Amino acid sequence: MLGSGILKGLAVTAKNFVGSYHDPARMVTQEYPDVPAKLPAAYRNFPFLVTENATDPMGTLRCVACQICEKECPPQCIYIEKSKDKKPDATGKPQIYPAVFAIDTAVCMSCQLCVEVCPFDAIKMDQVFEIAATDRFTGLLLNREQLAKPNTYFHQIHPEEAAEVDARLNAERKAAEEKAKAAAAAAAAKAAAPKPAAGAAPTLPPTTGGPSA
Amino acid sequence: MSDFLEVIPLVVRDWIVELFPTPLQWLVHHLLTIAVILTFFGLFFAFTTIAERKLLGRLQNRLGPNRAGVPKLSILPFHLKHKLWGLTQPFADAVKALTKEDVIPDAADKVLHFLAPVCIVAFSLLGFAVLPFGRALIPVELDAALLYFFAAGTATELAIFMAGWGSRNKYSLLAAMRALAQLISYELPLILSVVPAVLVVGTLSLREIAEAQGGWIFGFLPHWHVFTPWGFAGFIIFLIAALAESNRSPFDLPEAESELIAGHLTEYSGFKYALFFMAEYFGLTALSGLGVTIFLGGWQAPFAFLEFIPSYLWFMLKLAGMIVFFIWVRGTLLRLRIDQLTRLSWQFLVPLALINLVNGAFWALTPGWSGPMLAVRWAVSAALIVIPFLLLARRLNPGRGPRTYRYA
Repeated sequence: MLGSGILKGLAVTAKNFVGSYHDPARMVTQEYPDVPAKLPAAYRNFPFLVTENATDPMGTLRCVACQICEKECPPQCIYIEKSKDKKPDATGKPQIYPAVFAIDTAVCMSCQLCVEVCPFDAIKMDQVFEIAATDRFTGLLLNREQLAKPNTYFHQIHPEEAAEVDARLNAERKAAEEKAKAAAAAAAAKAAAPKPAAGAAPTLPPTTGGPSA
Repeated sequence: MSDFLEVIPLVVRDWIVELFPTPLQWLVHHLLTIAVILTFFGLFFAFTTIAERKLLGRLQNRLGPNRAGVPKLSILPFHLKHKLWGLTQPFADAVKALTKEDVIPDAADKVLHFLAPVCIVAFSLLGFAVLPFGRALIPVELDAALLYFFAAGTATELAIFMAGWGSRNKYSLLAAMRALAQLISYELPLILSVVPAVLVVGTLSLREIAEAQGGWIFGFLPHWHVFTPWGFAGFIIFLIAALAESNRSPFDLPEAESELIAGHLTEYSGFKYALFFMAEYFGLTALSGLGVTIFLGGWQAPFAFLEFIPSYLWFMLKLAGMIVFFIWVRGTLLRLRIDQLTRLSWQFLVPLALINLVNGAFWALTPGWSGPMLAVRWAVSAALIVIPFLLLARRLNPGRGPRTYRYA
């Protein structure tokens, strides 16, 4: 009958109206500034620099200014200047560090290539998206201090990846420590052992034709 | 107590009028009435817009506006945190509309371009003068109130054409012509749908039409016109025509945002643009008030035990109900095409309204029928509207069913 379609339509919207008050699943509105969106774990955009210790971010940057990311970056938005001196890194090894590390987020295309190529797990993808600035030339150019974020933050946004990275780094650190210990022990043993008689070694005849050490 | 509440607006008015010297009293009396109507329906318009946005949101599973609250006043030592459910939105909208740039095209007829929004608001307000808002609340009591209402309401069409012509723009002019085509098409069923009520009650006075609907059948069924076959049909035709007359969805072709931008309003900006919408809402409110008066019993209470509530509150309640229904329809239906729109009017509503006129005449000729004849009266009246409706629907439908898209 003419008009029954209109009545059906009215019933649908009336159901929406009533349902919107008691069925939260119907409401798709996100009250954004008050209630931020829950981002999926795989969400990524601009990179950040991981630091070991939140209290001393610049002293504990994992980055050693190897400049691989700078070379690989397709839009060339990373700019690094190496330091002249060296600082002990996370494992205690003296390393150079980035004196200047800047990313121009106006150019960055969030490709994650810098993260893929970093051998030190020093640069990771962040989840920030509120990067509005009043000046697009300086406001979007992030420097070392703005980019550095503690490892705990990395754990917060990408828990699985961070745990994996931490396990690997800890294993490396332990290996390095054991190696150092072994080397120290060897050195100590070497020092403790009686010195061989001077000139004895060269007198040994070569066993094979190859050059020996 | 109830009687006192009933007349309290009049008592307050008389008390204020008494404060002025005698020669000025008649002027103050009328100015006061005008001021009250302007203030009340101005605020009613403001809150209709927010109600519309909130209800449309809920009808579409959205929240609707809920941000606007109380601005932080530096004189207050604390900040009122509550957003008041966004209820102050109309005031924020008004400030926004007022602070926008007023652009007038170089080629425009400056006088007409300026006068069109002014006229349209003025004309659409004229209808409020004769509506009986309560048992004792009628701004102007005219014997031919219904005639006056339609005469005043039709003048808005002139203002729409002024807007289209004054913009000196073919696009606006064509859109204004199309708007006129729509308004004139629907003026006919609108007026024809209320004529049966005039036939049955035998008067053009809105006060008498409202009063004629007092009383109850069997002690509980109100004597409203909408509960009679001819009244129900008339009310449905009235609703459709009123929707079209006030340019509301699904008949909002004159300013179809998505396909036409704004039709005859294209060259208007800022507050002038807002004035057109203000007039649209005033027109809608006035037409709803007319519908309430003629079909829904006016200010009469639906049940005898609810009569203690003052009549003007009943009127406003019914008015708000009509507006909510219009918003509901807007949230449901799609916009019609211009040919569908005119066909609906000329091929369907006008014939039905004319048949309903006969129906009203039959009802007016048989007020004395009682007992078993009463059932005959109802059956004949119902048949007089249902059979033509079914025949017309079947006659007009073939070939106009759901469209099949063969290549899509």
